Amino acid sequence: MTQPNPEFEAECIRRILAGEKHLFHDLIRPCERSIYFLLYSLLKNETEAEDVAQETVIKVYQNLGKFRGDSQFRTWVLSIARNEGLGRLRKISSRREDSLDAETDEQTGDYTPAILTSWREIPAEVLEQKELGKLLRQAIAGLPEIYRNIVLLRDIEELDIRETAAALGISEASVKVRLHRARALLQRNLAPQLKGFAPAKRRWFGGRK
Amino acid sequence: MRIDCKHVWEHISAYIENDVDPQLRAEIDRHLETCEICSAVLDSTRNVVILVADDRVFELPTGFSERLHARIDKELEEPTDPNP
Repeated sequence: MTQPNPEFEAECIRRILAGEKHLFHDLIRPCERSIYFLLYSLLKNETEAEDVAQETVIKVYQNLGKFRGDSQFRTWVLSIARNEGLGRLRKISSRREDSLDAETDEQTGDYTPAILTSWREIPAEVLEQKELGKLLRQAIAGLPEIYRNIVLLRDIEELDIRETAAALGISEASVKVRLHRARALLQRNLAPQLKGFAPAKRRWFGGRK
Repeated sequence: MRIDCKHVWEHISAYIENDVDPQLRAEIDRHLETCEICSAVLDSTRNVVILVADDRVFELPTGFSERLHARIDKELEEPTDPNP
């Protein structure tokens, strides 16, 4: 993920509003991935996510003068993306009735992680394997909505807790609780499967720091 | 105070985020030194987080960016300025 650069963004916005419209390409480029994956997590469909991503970006352009700089630019953009995505969801009327907030994260149910003392670290080369990517994508796709959003923004797009909370319109405490549960679910689901990816050759990364 | 495994699991995510207070962190560290199971849970959770963050796992659809910027170009050609 490209780290946000508020000075660059502020300067860009000023110049775009003053007429250098083409700079909008550079302004939005660092946000593209996050916009898409937020929408993908909401809509679960590549074509819809891409379509709404385009609408979002146009909306950002049309409303650029309203950005006040009291949040990060990307946070503002992502909250627009979220609104657009929710609007699209409402339009897809076949959508089931339960609202996005229906699933609570107040439950404290027991959680038992997958316990694997023989598999500890991931060798770098396993990432090259296509099946692994598929496995990870499936695991994330299988998460309940409220957890999937969080994983997409916090762990995949690496937004910080505050930004994730702002983009999703929830409290930071909720982000933390959901993140914890999401990671626990992923660990429980993935750890036993990932174990099979450990090859004979040892080139580790990601051990305990 | 000695904390048990379940207590450690409850704080795994915050621990990875470096978002536990120093006292709790020290207790967890002390527990991890002697608990093989919790060390494995911590490592595998952290590994899942690392794997998921890899750009190769989640790729944008082919041509996404090109199509997006073509759409932007079309908008920029409109005579109206942003926020008229």
